[in-house]
Amino acid sequence: MIDRRMQHVPRLGRTPSRFRLVGTPIITVMLGSMATMAPIIAQSPVLPPFGLLALLAWRLLRPEMWRAWIALPLGLFDDMASGQPIGSAVFLWTIVLIAIDFVEQRLIWRDYWHDWLIAGLAIIFCTLGGMAFAGMTGGGMVRLMLVLPQICWSILLFPFVARQCAWIDRWRVMA
Amino acid sequence: MARPPSRRPGYNRKAQYGLFASYVVAVSGAALGLLMVLVAMFDPTGFSAIRAVASEVTAPLSTALNSMVSGIGTIDERIAAYWRAGSQNITLRRQVEADRNAIIEAKAVKQENLRLKKLLRLVDTDDSQVLAARLISSSSGSTRRFARLNAGRMQGVRPGMPVRAPEGLIGRVLFTSPNTAEVLLLTDTSNIVPVRRAQDNVPAISTGLGDGSVEVRALSAGRNPFHPGDVVVTSGIGGIYQPNIPVAVIVRVEGEISYGIPLANAARVEAVVVERPFEQVVTRQEGAAERQPADDAAGNEAAAAP
Repeated sequence: MIDRRMQHVPRLGRTPSRFRLVGTPIITVMLGSMATMAPIIAQSPVLPPFGLLALLAWRLLRPEMWRAWIALPLGLFDDMASGQPIGSAVFLWTIVLIAIDFVEQRLIWRDYWHDWLIAGLAIIFCTLGGMAFAGMTGGGMVRLMLVLPQICWSILLFPFVARQCAWIDRWRVMA
Repeated sequence: MARPPSRRPGYNRKAQYGLFASYVVAVSGAALGLLMVLVAMFDPTGFSAIRAVASEVTAPLSTALNSMVSGIGTIDERIAAYWRAGSQNITLRRQVEADRNAIIEAKAVKQENLRLKKLLRLVDTDDSQVLAARLISSSSGSTRRFARLNAGRMQGVRPGMPVRAPEGLIGRVLFTSPNTAEVLLLTDTSNIVPVRRAQDNVPAISTGLGDGSVEVRALSAGRNPFHPGDVVVTSGIGGIYQPNIPVAVIVRVEGEISYGIPLANAARVEAVVVERPFEQVVTRQEGAAERQPADDAAGNEAAAAP
């Protein structure tokens, strides 16, 4: 019998609960999507898509964890929280995950800079796609300059989010 | 990081089928998402029920956060105010002197108006306000400009109702859930407001630009009648907005188009007032029995407008 006081100390050979293993990444992405709950009445698209950043970080950190369909429920949740038309993130995020699957097969070795490049392209694709969808569903076309700052600091923020996800991941797998 | 081995199942048939099935699900899901967007093209508020669930759930937290951080948005303004305190004080004093005279004149005009209206037997009771509420969050990551109101259907808010602040127009209610409502802000690219110049009734149309400003196009042909500094107010045409709500001040004129800054900054206002659609206010004397259908009709019309 292990000493009661040693219960919360990480030990070799113990596995964390299934909820912690499976649920943590999903909850992180959902919390990222819920960043729009912040009491900011924005005058232009300023907030980086934290949900997308978390999704990309987890996907690139743990390639074996998710199949591409995970973007369907997570995208739907993001659509509900952001002001985008329902179905926008469902489509864009799934396309991104499928694309990452195929890129990964081509790349023999993937390092930090590859991750950032992939995430950057994904962010550009999702932001421009989201803009197009918002425009098609009654928003009208807006100038590209309007989303450029958002794209810029979303790409710059990705390494930070990836680092936080890695930090959470260490807690996740540690029993 | 090396390529993960799990994506290539090798000769294991079951794993191959599993991988294939996951892609089938993903692709068909993505197609379904695209279809939902296409449906939204023709019926922008069609899936509002799904979004209403999210707003209902998150509203209490947003309200709590909102009450904690109110005032952060004006921090830069306060610092700037300290910087120029002395000269600003003198200017403001002069302004107050000038305004006092204007107010006295306005009061006289109001009295005269009242008398003339009595003469014409026009009934003009001002009970158009439904309630006061707060904007608690917004679509800060999207190119659309929506804000969430912490009052909804149960408090009497209906789609199509105009929303204003003391400083000016904020927008109108797009759809409602039991306790929250989504407000289409004045600066959204799909929000079109019939306006007129405050001093001489030049009619125009204000459209949001999505970046915190609006573009104002005069309805008259010929050269652009607007100049920087002109104030535009709602004209009451279209039946949604009450006339004479301040909308924007023109800051830049470029050919046919004038650019304006809204007078009420949605990020700065403390509370907003939800009003009844203008047309309903005008035609309200018929009695309570007929109010309900008119209510619905106005709501539907407004919901179909964007």
